[in-house]
Amino acid sequence: MNHPIVIAAAAATTTRELAFWFLAILAVASALGMVLARRAVHCAVLLAVVMLSLAVMYAMLGAPFLAFVQVIVYTGAVLMLFLFVLMIVGISAADSIIETIKGQRLAAGLAGIGLLVLLALIIGNAVVGPAAPNSAKFGSGNVTGIAALLFTRYVFPFEVTSALLITAALGAMVLAHRERIGPKPTQRSLSRQRIASGQPTPLPGPGTYARHNAVDMPALLPDGSRSELSVSEVITGAPAERELAPGSNGTHAIVAPDEDQAPTPDPDQVKVGGPADRHLGEGGDA
Amino acid sequence: MVSPAHFVALAVILFVIGGVGVLLRRNALVSFMCIELMLNAANLAFVAFARMHGGLDGQIIAFFVMVVAAAEVVVGLAILTSIFRARRSASVDEANLMKY
Repeated sequence: MNHPIVIAAAAATTTRELAFWFLAILAVASALGMVLARRAVHCAVLLAVVMLSLAVMYAMLGAPFLAFVQVIVYTGAVLMLFLFVLMIVGISAADSIIETIKGQRLAAGLAGIGLLVLLALIIGNAVVGPAAPNSAKFGSGNVTGIAALLFTRYVFPFEVTSALLITAALGAMVLAHRERIGPKPTQRSLSRQRIASGQPTPLPGPGTYARHNAVDMPALLPDGSRSELSVSEVITGAPAERELAPGSNGTHAIVAPDEDQAPTPDPDQVKVGGPADRHLGEGGDA
Repeated sequence: MVSPAHFVALAVILFVIGGVGVLLRRNALVSFMCIELMLNAANLAFVAFARMHGGLDGQIIAFFVMVVAAAEVVVGLAILTSIFRARRSASVDEANLMKY
């Protein structure tokens, strides 16, 4: 005879097991995808998937506080910081597939297999027993339990952590700070530059006269042809050199300290002027 | 029945994937992400062992790892942006000024 409580417990066990295998496969697949994906943005998104599945696993392991910290700090703050830096460094920067060191990939794969075997042997020899009997520490009393430990036994490391965080914030500010080397671009110089660039008007917005106004939808020109200028280079995947060229965007321009300002605007102008000329040509054909 | 051993095994697999990623990838940002993956795997092992021993110390250590990782990411990304500013590249091969 099956007691209802036994059935309920068995169902809970199966649910846990299902959740574990689903999340484990998801996490490993996303981690592999992260290593193999060529574009850094895809890596960031796949890393978010891994971190979120780990958050659910923390909750399964009786660490609800850590689960929330994982979602808020890791997925929320750390990964968003990664994405911000990706936007600065260039979202289209794909990894080169050329091996710079000969046989490096093979060596890395062998090292990975070796590390896996080593860790598996260590874990296999260690005594990883069953879970301890469930207590309030792994449920409703988790936060109070962590707080009690954090402010008694671990109070000194906890205080040191605050010094570390302040130092890190200061260090980041110092490292990311940039002294202005050239004169500040004035309105006059910016407008001169805009006229000289061959595209004095604002670029056409995406989706104008097109079927819908998504950002990747090129605007349609009067003759029905597509305007490639209307879609951001970030989306089309062309190298985003224009954003980085000094002076093309006064305040956001990233200027290398040791670089001369003069030669760089030339490819910029050619690049901006090129597509505009092409469009004029297309209009003439039609 | 899912025991802590399962979670530890998963942590090992994720750690190895992260390590291989650090060795393979040339983009500094991506190899940084792989380091984050390794830290996360270590955290998972800590939490699993805390569950096994029935204490909260493992969770506290995982919490400290998260805090230190956050600080490390802030400084590391600032270094990456300043390197990118000077050399216009996020590839680890480009930063070779001190190479013999």
